[in-house]
Amino acid sequence: MSRLEQALGEGRFVVTAEMPTIDGGGMDEVRFQLEPMAPYLDACNATDNTAAHAHASPLAIAIALQQCGMEPVMQLVCRDRNRLALEADLVGASLHGIENVCCLTGDDVTAGDEPEARRVFDLDSPQLLATARAVASGRYLSGRAIEPPPHLYLGAVENPGAPPFAYRAQRALKKARAGARFLQLQICFEPRLLEEFTAEAARLGVGEHAALLPSITILRSARALRYIDAKVPGISVPAGIIERVEAAADQQEACFDVAYGLAQHAMAQPGVRGLHFISFRKDAGIAALCRRLGIPTHAERVEHGYRSPVPV
Amino acid sequence: MGVLATMEAVVKRPVFGCQMCGQCVLHSTGMTCPMTCPKTLRNGPCGGVRADGGCEVRPEMRCVWLRGYERSRRLPLPAAWKDEFNHLRAPVDNRLRGTASWTNLVTGRDRQTPAGWGAGEH
Repeated sequence: MSRLEQALGEGRFVVTAEMPTIDGGGMDEVRFQLEPMAPYLDACNATDNTAAHAHASPLAIAIALQQCGMEPVMQLVCRDRNRLALEADLVGASLHGIENVCCLTGDDVTAGDEPEARRVFDLDSPQLLATARAVASGRYLSGRAIEPPPHLYLGAVENPGAPPFAYRAQRALKKARAGARFLQLQICFEPRLLEEFTAEAARLGVGEHAALLPSITILRSARALRYIDAKVPGISVPAGIIERVEAAADQQEACFDVAYGLAQHAMAQPGVRGLHFISFRKDAGIAALCRRLGIPTHAERVEHGYRSPVPV
Repeated sequence: MGVLATMEAVVKRPVFGCQMCGQCVLHSTGMTCPMTCPKTLRNGPCGGVRADGGCEVRPEMRCVWLRGYERSRRLPLPAAWKDEFNHLRAPVDNRLRGTASWTNLVTGRDRQTPAGWGAGEH
């Protein structure tokens, strides 16, 4: 059983984060990027060609994280691989003892720097989850047996901040029913949308199947906020937030305050069992933000059984 | 393409933008063809839908799933069809491309799934 599965099973508050993408630099670069946030994490996501840009593969990064003593969450997107390749990566991951897998649709190739590439989408994310669940039960999609069945702990993503807003919790339920046990929610800069999503998810009983882990990002400037508003599919940043950061004497500090406010708000929503952090480069901001939020380190959480500040 | 498939294409292409996947699910997706989604998603909208409802890939086009969602609520469709909106649809069988879904519906071929599909479901 992965330590993420164990923590969520025991009702402990969890912290996950996205590993910055790795191109060159080998294991030294992996260690360098991981080191400042590691003490706070239950597990770290190995991303899969984020924003449709090629990087070191999620399976390779997941193995590298294990070698650094960090538990990985291997992300798999549907954009670049057909069902055979996805199944091969699931079984290949389990060969290395990787259990946490997060299944995503994936940004389109047009979001990346090789927009001329063929997009695959042989499966969609709920189908990928159901496929991974079949693999975990000892069957490839064909029905061919995998003996003994690999143990997988499956998760997915949902975006509370993208239309159709009223349907997003229903889609989260679909993913939970297809096998997702945790849902790392897309970064959402509008607290009202997250509130509406978590309330509806609670009404539908999503929390009985899956833990909600809202994502928080720490940026450094109004320019960066404007960039993700314009360039990252599915994320909108309200003009008010950008203006507030723009007007601040110290933009980095203002961004940190924005992240703190959003994280504090997210932690108070029903069904929220932890936080997922996304930063785009080596960034001690995650550790600093956890300290300001009163979230103890991973070792302290394990020792004292730290729970979510709100009843779930 | 057979006679029936040609007839189906003539009827469904202009109305629904039919892509002739051969396993039609229109009735369960608000009479909006999911194969016209640039990612060909059959189980709901991706996370890239723009704030104005535009498609991530083709911003000038309204998200196919947003249209399907709205139509499934608005159109006077049978309740059973509306319920199916939230069902998990199986992966596409790529061998059926270009065949008549009308025939595949009658023979049940369009509902055949791989032996491992659904394994591990409780």
